Amino acid sequence: MRKQNIVLISIGFLILLFALSVYIYKSQQAKKYGFMARENASTFVREHSQTLGSDDAKVYLVEFFDPACETCSSFHSFVKQLMAVNPGKIRLVVRYAPFHDGSDYFVKILEAAGKQGKYWETLEVMYKTQGDWANHHNPQPQLIWKFLPYAGLDLGKIRNDMNDPEIAKLIQQDLADAKTLDVKKTPGFFVNGKPLTSFGYKQLQELVESEIKEKY
Amino acid sequence: MTNFDQSSNSNWTIIFICWIVASVSTLGSLFFSEIMEFPPCALCWYQRIFMFPLVLILIVGLFPFDKNIIKYALPLASVGWGFAFYHTLLYSGIIPESVQPCSQGVSCSETYLDLFGFLTIPMLSLMSFSTIVVLLFILKRRLSK
Repeated sequence: MRKQNIVLISIGFLILLFALSVYIYKSQQAKKYGFMARENASTFVREHSQTLGSDDAKVYLVEFFDPACETCSSFHSFVKQLMAVNPGKIRLVVRYAPFHDGSDYFVKILEAAGKQGKYWETLEVMYKTQGDWANHHNPQPQLIWKFLPYAGLDLGKIRNDMNDPEIAKLIQQDLADAKTLDVKKTPGFFVNGKPLTSFGYKQLQELVESEIKEKY
Repeated sequence: MTNFDQSSNSNWTIIFICWIVASVSTLGSLFFSEIMEFPPCALCWYQRIFMFPLVLILIVGLFPFDKNIIKYALPLASVGWGFAFYHTLLYSGIIPESVQPCSQGVSCSETYLDLFGFLTIPMLSLMSFSTIVVLLFILKRRLSK
């Protein structure tokens, strides 16, 4: 029937148009970020940014995260695995995107812990106990304190240091950079400035491995 | 006989155009939310609730052509038009922001897209709903003659 064909062709055309738009949009975005990575590297790594891994590493993995985000927690161990499998080749840069209400409280604790040289230990403890203090995307600041001693922290000093206005400022800077880089969900990953366009463990691994292949 | 065929053909075409408009709007809104990752605000969700089903019920009404489709599609399109109209007023600032129902989460008056300097997402939605409502009314008039 002719009418049936008209509708079938229209459906095919609409789907094709959609797929084409997706393709054009994604490749344009990729181009835009590539350009930004060259022109403005500081958007990805700031002076204050905490980093992990070798200074000589040629693959920079930038992660925008929220301490209260469950997916960030599960990706953290995956990223550490990736780093262990490729020793000395990956440098992890963590940036803050505390999108959950009240998450900046935990970022402040992390930064204060950094002043005691226990940044990564504290992050580890936070992620491990996340289910206890941020159940169902509802971060509860008072609950974190009983877990912090596991990271070997001086709690009194933390309470004092976390209110440093410098920390609030650096959170604002990270949020502004997240906006510039179009990070709307956490974790947001960039590998040498290239965004993780399709989200997933496998996709992240592939992106990191392709960068390692290119640089080594 | 040919006269009758021709008029029934154009009736079919009217619903077909409505279906095209609904499909393009649906895919467009999915493109904004899933590909460009604009978070849909509450009002956008209400408009989607009334737009998405139109794609399915209109295509069902095309095979075979069923004039009762107006009865089912027009209420959906009209209510959707109401939301789109309200959203457009809110967006353009005719209704002050304090009256908006979605104060938490995503703001309904934040501008995400500005095509050619005047086309915004609520305006696109209003255009789609208007086209569908007007076409369905025209068809209703034609059929009651």
